[in-house]
Amino acid sequence: MIDLSRKVKYQEELDKNFLSEMESIDGGENLRNCIQCGTCSGICPMSIYMDIPPRKIIAMVKEGFKEEVLTSFTIWLCASCYACSVHCPEQIQITDIMYALKRKAIEEKVYPKRFPIPILSREFFKMVIKRGRNSEFRLIIKVWLKVSIAKMLSMTSLGWDLIRTKRLSLRSDRIKNHKELAIIMKNLNGTS
Amino acid sequence: MNNYLYYPGCSLKGTGIQYEKSLLACLKALDINVEELPDWNCCGATSYMSVNEKSAFGMAARNISIAEREGKDVLAPCSACYMVLNKAVHYANEYPDLKCSLKKAMNAVNMDFDGNKQEIIHPLHMMVYQYGLENIEAKVTNPLKGMKIFPYYGCLIARPQARYDDATYPVSMDMLMGTLGADVVDHTLKTRCCGGTITGTISEVGLRMVYILLKEAKKKGAEAIATICPLCQFNLEAYQKKVEKVYNEKFDIPVLYFTQLLGLALGLDEKCLGFGHQIISPRKLLTKNQPL
Repeated sequence: MIDLSRKVKYQEELDKNFLSEMESIDGGENLRNCIQCGTCSGICPMSIYMDIPPRKIIAMVKEGFKEEVLTSFTIWLCASCYACSVHCPEQIQITDIMYALKRKAIEEKVYPKRFPIPILSREFFKMVIKRGRNSEFRLIIKVWLKVSIAKMLSMTSLGWDLIRTKRLSLRSDRIKNHKELAIIMKNLNGTS
Repeated sequence: MNNYLYYPGCSLKGTGIQYEKSLLACLKALDINVEELPDWNCCGATSYMSVNEKSAFGMAARNISIAEREGKDVLAPCSACYMVLNKAVHYANEYPDLKCSLKKAMNAVNMDFDGNKQEIIHPLHMMVYQYGLENIEAKVTNPLKGMKIFPYYGCLIARPQARYDDATYPVSMDMLMGTLGADVVDHTLKTRCCGGTITGTISEVGLRMVYILLKEAKKKGAEAIATICPLCQFNLEAYQKKVEKVYNEKFDIPVLYFTQLLGLALGLDEKCLGFGHQIISPRKLLTKNQPL
């Protein structure tokens, strides 16, 4: 049987502020002008793996389907290759909207549990804000410990290839003037 | 002119170490002076934007401010660094509020941020459009004769702001490889996404992205893929064995940085071009490289 219940949403259940929220981000100004041409979905190399294609995401943002959009797989599959942004006939910066949706999902904690992509983003953020630089090796270990140790072990042959070819730097790199970076961040956000 | 600040980013100090070695060797051979951007910080990459937009722009802006203080253009070999820094400049120009807060944050540490004083350029574009192909040609001693090279640009050198090349079908690396004497493979996947970090996170999807690119290269008879981005290189080379296993198909295609191939053509010692860091041996290809 087809599950019809998920496909219907009444106007009252929609989030009226979602469109204006997304319009207010840098790059989202033209959101309202979307003509639903489908260029974004057509050019997106990831769209065939997405649960909701980019064209539909834009339509749903416009109508206020906040919950469906923020819990979609789509926003995490966007690899930010900017193909959609460059080709959109209405100059909607779709990649920037995808970024804004990811930030919103992280902020509202509505992404799937143990799902590696938001964890990667957050761990990367934490490491870089602390050290000013990213140590690739430490980051990978941190993410996989939080996601799945089994999956990490399945990557050992890749890890060995990198060690064998001397491409894994175990040294933890950081910038000298860390204080300066902290002040800059504090100034931009009000927190460091 | 010919005096740049080199912004390595995190990858060229780690998994992309052969890119750093070969790039610096080539620049030296071309008499282009570079020094490392003093106390550079991570550009914020593509993950940072997902967490905090303002911080992401702030990370990029500090590097730009340092370059402005030094008064030199920035050479950014990693496509993500290149894109992120240019995007920060573009957005600062487009949105006065953003520029104002970046300026204010930099002023708090006795720096300034303008955004338009120094250019952030990728070494590929610098070599092709500023240094000039004719000047490179004059220095070629070991042309890449008979080497079938598949130039792969990836997405971020071409988008979202394409200053030197087309956003979908760039030609600069094709031109450079042609100048070096290689047999350049024309194809339509030049800027198709390599999978980015998805190869490590949702590997089913990521590996398929890599597979499609490797398959196209194989069908076109390519002997090596030439890359300009550490993430593209990593995905196409380090995941190649895994792709072969999952799709039950042999590829064994070396994935080299364009600077390694340039270095060969300039007659530089193989040792200083970092071939020892390759997972898939380019030996067969290298034996073809002979002095004129």
